[in-house]
Amino acid sequence: MKFLLVLPLLIPLTTAALCLLAWRRARVQLWLCVAGAAALLVTAAALLMAVWQNGILATQPGNWPAPFGITLVADLLSAILVVLAALMGVLVTIYSGATIDSRRIAFGYYPILQILLMGVCGAFLTGDIFNLYVWFEVMLMASFVLLALGGERAQLEGAIKYVTLNLLASTLFLSASGLLYALVGTLNMADLAVKLQGAPHSGLITTLSMLFLVSFGIKAGLFPLFFWLPASYHTPPFAVSAIFAGLLTKVGVYSLIRVFTLIFVGDTEYSHTIILVLSALTMLSGVLGALAQNEVRRILSFLIISGVGFSVMGLGLLTEAGLAASVFYIIHSIIVTTALFLISGVMRRCGGGEELRKLGGLYAAYPLLALLFLLPALSMAGIPPFSGFIGKLALLRAALESGQYTIAAVALVVSVLTLLALTRIWSEAFWKEAPEIDESKLAFQPQTLFPIATLAALTVLIGLGAGPVWTLSQRAGEQLSNPSQYVRAVLGDGKAEPKVAATVAGGQTP
Amino acid sequence: METVLAFAIGGLYALGLYLMMRRSIVKLIIGLAILANAANLLIFTSAGLTRGRTPMIGAQETAVRGPVADPLPQALVLTAIVIGFAVLAFTAVLLKRAYQTVGADDLDEMKATDT
Repeated sequence: MKFLLVLPLLIPLTTAALCLLAWRRARVQLWLCVAGAAALLVTAAALLMAVWQNGILATQPGNWPAPFGITLVADLLSAILVVLAALMGVLVTIYSGATIDSRRIAFGYYPILQILLMGVCGAFLTGDIFNLYVWFEVMLMASFVLLALGGERAQLEGAIKYVTLNLLASTLFLSASGLLYALVGTLNMADLAVKLQGAPHSGLITTLSMLFLVSFGIKAGLFPLFFWLPASYHTPPFAVSAIFAGLLTKVGVYSLIRVFTLIFVGDTEYSHTIILVLSALTMLSGVLGALAQNEVRRILSFLIISGVGFSVMGLGLLTEAGLAASVFYIIHSIIVTTALFLISGVMRRCGGGEELRKLGGLYAAYPLLALLFLLPALSMAGIPPFSGFIGKLALLRAALESGQYTIAAVALVVSVLTLLALTRIWSEAFWKEAPEIDESKLAFQPQTLFPIATLAALTVLIGLGAGPVWTLSQRAGEQLSNPSQYVRAVLGDGKAEPKVAATVAGGQTP
Repeated sequence: METVLAFAIGGLYALGLYLMMRRSIVKLIIGLAILANAANLLIFTSAGLTRGRTPMIGAQETAVRGPVADPLPQALVLTAIVIGFAVLAFTAVLLKRAYQTVGADDLDEMKATDT
């Protein structure tokens, strides 16, 4: 059973290595990557089943007992996210096969995509703060290359901002980890949870938690730290934008949820209120930014930010219902944002541009494409019966239950504005008459349709049959709000009881 | 010694951030390098400076005796140095390509993708 935790890291690594062996054969690389990602998906599904049946799984690959060795842990949230990462990997690889030009493939597009998947899965599965940093760097390195690959001017300019701000976030994260080690004497997350449980109320720990909030906030795209995102996400090829949009900010959100449900729960009055306020501001600024843009991908980039606000809202509430709603919303958000970015690629190809005023008449020319856009777009805005409606309903109910009426009102307003932003794309690109300049409409590629149709079907299915996914999210939320389960899975029985953390204040002296 | 290093690290952070906010891309990369090293030095110092006491366990013993240097932060710093070096090399290449494509080393000339 424990090998299921290691396989999500080994499969992409092996696939990437095999791709390097087939360096000049684009078709072979493509099929290798589809097969690799599909194998990852099967493993991830098996992992999710195992976690569902047996509770949280943990393993120590180096055979050093926790908290000394390298720990891999999968609770339901991690397992769900690994499944989604693998699914996006499969679909985006298929989409890449039709859309990525041979020049980019010749420079190793496919192997780097696999390394990106490995980094993302590693970040979801690690049980150690420093390893989280290392997986972040693996993921970032791959994303830097994917973003800059091709070397167009816009890409390079976007990449500079992306690289600089993400490196700054990494440095802050590294500093915070070092200080945390100096303060507590461990970096294993479960061990940190035990040692900080019942620790005396300390300003130092709160300060450290804020350092983590800033560094993960930059990676997640929280207000006011998100400016790298809309400056870079619209520059690379559409397949790259789509996988970034679906997964990378969610890694930041996942880290925030992990750290602020497991480790920094001493002063929730302070830290989680800040998170709640930031989440409201993130939603609001994201959607207002989207309304001000005139290009499809720029609008969608700002809507990602708005989605991040919704995803951390449940964390700010810090109730079981809130966390469950956040998990559900993250599942929905990954599917829907990836779908919309993939569709924007098809729109660009069929309509001949990205600016709204140059697009038009897509509904008349490609009714199927219009339908495939409409489903995830309505879902993102939160219209029933799609998955976004259930997610937002759950978040609103959690907010009302804990008496946070302001955030509930903000969420409702933001939902309406999201609908407005997406309606603008609809009315300009699909509904409006096609503009005069109608030079050489490119062909509609059927291969790109499969990934988009899968994602659109998923958002409808999750909306109509929300029961199983909601139960899953609820169990995940329950695990997140009871850290003792996590601690017991990693450190074994007997250590989960709160101990008086005498070592916390003085630092460690071995 | 810790106090002196604390001020040095603070100075390095300030310097790194200041350089990153300049317009020149050369200063940007120097700033990034300084910032990464400031973080490494921070980890090294915050774990406590112990001089001349290696964490070795004697032949007949089962645990270390007396206060010894903690090897873990040094391992962390080593990992961070390697990662930092690779990232810096990538950034240098990226900035060189950007310089060649844009034809300027000024970040204010690279605003086409901003919103």
